[in-house]
Amino acid sequence: MIDVVETTLAWRRLSPRMLVIHPFQEVVRAAPALLGLLVAGSSSGGQGHLWSVAGVALMVVLGMLRWFTTTYRITPEHVQVRRGLLNRKVVTVPRDRVRTVDVTSHVLHRVLGLARVEVGTGMSERRHEGRLKLDALTAAEAARLRVELLHRSPAAAMASSTVSSTVLSSTVSPVAPPAGSTPAAETELARMRPQWVRFGPFTMSGLVTVGVVAGFVSRLVSEGNVDLGRVGPVQETWRWFSAMSLPLEIATVVLVLVVFVSVASTLGYVLAFGNFRLTRHTEGTLHVTRGLLTTRATTIEERRLRGVEVGEPLLLRAVRGARLSAVTTGLRSAQGAQRGGSLLLPPAPRADAVAVARLVLPRVADAPSVSASEASPVTASLTAHGPAALRRRFTRAYGVHALVLAALLALWWWAGLPSWTWVTAAALLPLTALLAADRYRSLGHALASGYLVTRWGSLARRRVALECDGVIGWNIERSFFQRRAGLATLTATTAAGKQGYQVRDVDLAEALRLAAAGTPGLLDPFLVEAAAPLSPNSM
Amino acid sequence: MSRTAVWYWAARAALGWLVILAAQVVWLVADGDGTALPVTAHVAGLAVTAVVAVAHVTVMPQWRYRVHRWEATSAAVFTQSGWFKQEWRIAPVSRIQTVDSERGPLEQIFRLANVTVTTASAAGPIKVSGLDRDTAQRLVAELTATAQATAGDAT
Repeated sequence: MIDVVETTLAWRRLSPRMLVIHPFQEVVRAAPALLGLLVAGSSSGGQGHLWSVAGVALMVVLGMLRWFTTTYRITPEHVQVRRGLLNRKVVTVPRDRVRTVDVTSHVLHRVLGLARVEVGTGMSERRHEGRLKLDALTAAEAARLRVELLHRSPAAAMASSTVSSTVLSSTVSPVAPPAGSTPAAETELARMRPQWVRFGPFTMSGLVTVGVVAGFVSRLVSEGNVDLGRVGPVQETWRWFSAMSLPLEIATVVLVLVVFVSVASTLGYVLAFGNFRLTRHTEGTLHVTRGLLTTRATTIEERRLRGVEVGEPLLLRAVRGARLSAVTTGLRSAQGAQRGGSLLLPPAPRADAVAVARLVLPRVADAPSVSASEASPVTASLTAHGPAALRRRFTRAYGVHALVLAALLALWWWAGLPSWTWVTAAALLPLTALLAADRYRSLGHALASGYLVTRWGSLARRRVALECDGVIGWNIERSFFQRRAGLATLTATTAAGKQGYQVRDVDLAEALRLAAAGTPGLLDPFLVEAAAPLSPNSM
Repeated sequence: MSRTAVWYWAARAALGWLVILAAQVVWLVADGDGTALPVTAHVAGLAVTAVVAVAHVTVMPQWRYRVHRWEATSAAVFTQSGWFKQEWRIAPVSRIQTVDSERGPLEQIFRLANVTVTTASAAGPIKVSGLDRDTAQRLVAELTATAQATAGDAT
């Protein structure tokens, strides 16, 4: 043991291969500007280009300095990172606060056998201090670090043996199971199937690509002084396009966009989720690896898992697909299921999502005797929120629509807005009714085998199953109009995921019943005496 | 809730409205000859703001006072707050992470204080506002004592 302490106490550096990556990364980031330089040549003259080259050079030097100033170490109690050139800073995180470990390798990282390690603690999410990011270590070192940080008991024994072996085994691909953990100790819960690619076009992630391409082109145009109107093919296309009639023009644009977004979404899906695997380790962690070019491995401690979220965006719902993410402390799902590390299953058939959810949720998995689908929080039937909630969906949807319509009419009357704007808005009125009806249909809640289940939304329908033990407290919110309709919005506050999950527009008595049943005993002293001032028709 | 809280809420709302009224007056003066908007429109705007302000300042504090309640037992903290939009919040004492007491400048004038109880969830801080100082201190001491007695990291 003394030997382990000695070796881990020394401050370690990041991989020296980062000295190669930094210049490359900066050049790639500055690519539009540099490409513009190439295209435009020096004909336009001026100092602007020189400055952008100098800027890139400065970034490269700063990036390389970062390698010299960043060191880290892992003591038996803490993980520490020292960084900064002028402003030296030591970030210390107690090891028992480590909730998740995220290992990412971009293409360049993989070529050089490197991986970036991000350590998630519940603390760092709320206050921005204490964020631990090591960019980058050798893949083997990263894998060892993950094992060491999350699997506490075997870590000490393992550390001494792996410290010496990491240098030799650095050729291990990052996709392979982490070095040091025996393959027998993990069970596979889900794996990417080729058929799932059919959900790719319905994820709409291609819209982002469209934005990126547009941004790239616009930067190229502005920094390289390229006049698109004078480029031959562009001119040709434009002449062909403007010869068509207006309906045909609209149809062409829509068709081109749909095809482009579908192809880009599918490509994005394959690149992001190819090689997807979800495994459970006997040490009590869930392990997600995915990605073809950029590989990403996330490890979530199972005892931090408070529930799951089934996401069904409208398009995905139309083809019976769903995605699954974890609701866990230390990981925020707010920045989108794909970017965040909380993903448990990429867009896949709904049945698969349900099956994986049942395997992952600890209380459900531990009770095999429970009769299959009825008890699972992901499939349990939900209580509808009643006619008052339905009326509220319609009044709200039409309220917003009427406001937009009124604004467009006013602009048309006074500011000379073309009349087709408000005509289109008026024509969309039936769609609003459909949306409102679907929003109501999505609303629902239940208490199933120790989980609070709530579902809402139409364009992005979500169903969250939150462990009742993970519920910290309750907020019940009632606006003036909700009070008149006898409704309330119940929020279960929690330390995991989005920090609070809402049961929207539920009957007040039902909300109180749900809260009382979810956390037995908590509300009892208040419910009795609260009856008088809190009755629905009080102000 | 201390009865003084009514005056505190009224003063806070009045200050907010004064800022808006002042901005409107400054605009009226700066506009001078009425190029952007006729003077009558300015005056009408001022009148509307004044009426809304008076209504808000007189009705809101009374309404709030009728709604606001709080209670702390050995097991949980409960608050009821708001006026137009009302909210009840409840959190078990065992999940409390911090207890803060704060006195802003306006609260000091009215000799009031508020107590904020935070839990591990960012969505659920419980704020008991408009307490007189002694009650606030007593509440803080009480909550701190009971929260200390429970173990674990309260997540």
